[in-house]
Amino acid sequence: MSKKASNTNAATLKDKQAEWKVRYDKEIGQDRTVINRSGIEVRPLYTPLDWSDSRYGEDLGMPGELPYTRGIYNTMHRGRTWTQRQLIGLGTPQDYNERVRMMLQQGASAISLIPCNSSFRGIDCDESPLPLLGTCGTVINTVDHMDAALDDVPIGEISTAMNDPTPFTLFAFLLSVAKRRGVPFDKITGTANQSDYISHFVANHMFYRLSQPGARRVFVDHVKFCREHVPNWNPVSVVGQHMQQAGATPAETMGLTLSTAIQYADDCIESGMDPDNFLPRFTFFFDISISFFEEVAKFRAGRRIWAKIVRERYGAKDPRSWRFKFHGQTSGVDLTQQQPLNNIARVAAQAIAGIFGGLQSMHTDGFDEAMACPTEDAARIAVATQNILREEAHLCDVIDPLGGSYYVESLTNEMEEKIFQVMDTIENAGGMYNAVDAGIVQRMIGKSALEYQSRIETGAEKVVGVNCYQSEVEDREVDTYRPSRDAMEAQVTAFKAFKAARKQADVDRALDELARAANGSENVYQKVVGAADNGVTHGEIIACLRRELGFGHPLMVA
Amino acid sequence: MAYPERVLVTKIGFDGHDRGSRVVAAYLRDAGMEVIYTPPWQEIKTVVKLAMQEDVDVVGVSSLATDHLIMPDLIAALRDADMDHVRLVVGGIIPQNEQPELMDAGVSAIFGPGATSEEIVETVRQLAVEARAARETAEVA
Repeated sequence: MSKKASNTNAATLKDKQAEWKVRYDKEIGQDRTVINRSGIEVRPLYTPLDWSDSRYGEDLGMPGELPYTRGIYNTMHRGRTWTQRQLIGLGTPQDYNERVRMMLQQGASAISLIPCNSSFRGIDCDESPLPLLGTCGTVINTVDHMDAALDDVPIGEISTAMNDPTPFTLFAFLLSVAKRRGVPFDKITGTANQSDYISHFVANHMFYRLSQPGARRVFVDHVKFCREHVPNWNPVSVVGQHMQQAGATPAETMGLTLSTAIQYADDCIESGMDPDNFLPRFTFFFDISISFFEEVAKFRAGRRIWAKIVRERYGAKDPRSWRFKFHGQTSGVDLTQQQPLNNIARVAAQAIAGIFGGLQSMHTDGFDEAMACPTEDAARIAVATQNILREEAHLCDVIDPLGGSYYVESLTNEMEEKIFQVMDTIENAGGMYNAVDAGIVQRMIGKSALEYQSRIETGAEKVVGVNCYQSEVEDREVDTYRPSRDAMEAQVTAFKAFKAARKQADVDRALDELARAANGSENVYQKVVGAADNGVTHGEIIACLRRELGFGHPLMVA
Repeated sequence: MAYPERVLVTKIGFDGHDRGSRVVAAYLRDAGMEVIYTPPWQEIKTVVKLAMQEDVDVVGVSSLATDHLIMPDLIAALRDADMDHVRLVVGGIIPQNEQPELMDAGVSAIFGPGATSEEIVETVRQLAVEARAARETAEVA
């Protein structure tokens, strides 16, 4: 087509669109203003005037090729479907084991482990109020607990994700179990999906923290240890999910997450590591909200930005370093306690957005997850939702099926712009570590959380069953998971017996070595692994590092 | 009221999900109340001490992940400290079947998801009046 002809076509299109707009305005009368969660105004129609094929090469390219907008692999879900990785954590190690084996039987292709909230506070079960034990995660304080939790689970064949914040005690217990069972470390695959300590300072206050400098030190040592000894483990998962759950908009979330990843990469390089050694092991973890197209655009834009950063900023040469691998979890914040079965529909919509966004691994929430740990029924439906979308709805057949949509491409570009703005703010503050120290990130998230809640209150944002379509009949009661108190009491008794039966000299020596490493230049994480081997408990490891490296309190900004 | 309502907004137990408590604290503050806000994971004895030192009328506890299960301990500790006049409000995810136990133990109001800022502000205001009246009665006695 000659240039002249194409100009004429554009002119015709412009005229035609103007004519349509006149008809549209006349028919609709007073139009609504639609602004998505990230603050981008959404228009009623998108055409080649907003995005056209002439930008294909620059904006999209092929799957598995720069700029990766259409996906990081050549074959994407058609070649290999996403990993079905349900977060699981409840009760005693035996309760966990039962649930995990049921999930594997149902089709889950990888496992995860969420420890009890007491672990997140850095203490063992014998220091915790009994009513709170095992309600939201499994009590794992020792290598023996881990062994029981993974009984009959082939840890050398299945990918494992550990909800394991600094100093990564769960992973140390997993490695000890591998030694016991004779599984070589290079067979251990999976992800440390709470390694992002920065997100724990600003957004997710679930986790006990070492001081900011202490956490930074252990983070880098852990990456180094994994690169040397557990080559197929992903030691870094940058968690945008925390920011979005705490209230950041999707665009803010992506911007803050990428800025965090930059901080971690900078720190690894500073400690002497080569970008192409660790970047292929960087992974990301995101929330998938129900703002459907916005989420799809968020993921596509993020993928494109990351590929640009790793090449331009770090000069990474290995294509594996360029790939933005991410796990998505359907957003619990969008689920409601009112009319709880409606959550099944919400989760399905969120999951589709994640699939169209090109995720590598997914967790779908149970419909009762707004209330408690998923019950068995809810967990089964959550896995089935993924199976239905893949097998019956055929969502794996075509790569990036929304690619080329005028709306989605235009939105992807607008989201990219918004994301860059957030990243500039952080860069100008001296990077993520300093921005967190100054409270900039906390303030940004808090402001957006309040604004979103106000949008729900004014009805600008509709939530079915909450501010519209409220039910006149009483909400159906949902069973709430609560662990057996007797089983928990027995667990605490057994734990005390375990501690009493240990060789105290081994425990003391391991803790002494850990303390010395924390104050010296040896790899601290190597010593955490050594401590786990010698029967040192989660709480003891943390108490030692808290003493040597300092305790971290999140900065609270109103 | 001679001086604004004084409210302690806090979280006990292990959970760190503080989006709700922060939003509610901002609403109460914007309504003109004096809000004492704490980060999550407060120990019960700390909450009692703060309530006493800050002379609050109402304590609001946010619970998203089962921490309401130790509310009875907080209620008992307030009673032991002669702080019965303080009114208790719980907000967050409290399963319906566990609500009666909390109300029986002495919680004045429970706010679940969907509660509006208006409802929360009005209730807290009312409870602060009750708390001050109860304290006066206790002092006279």
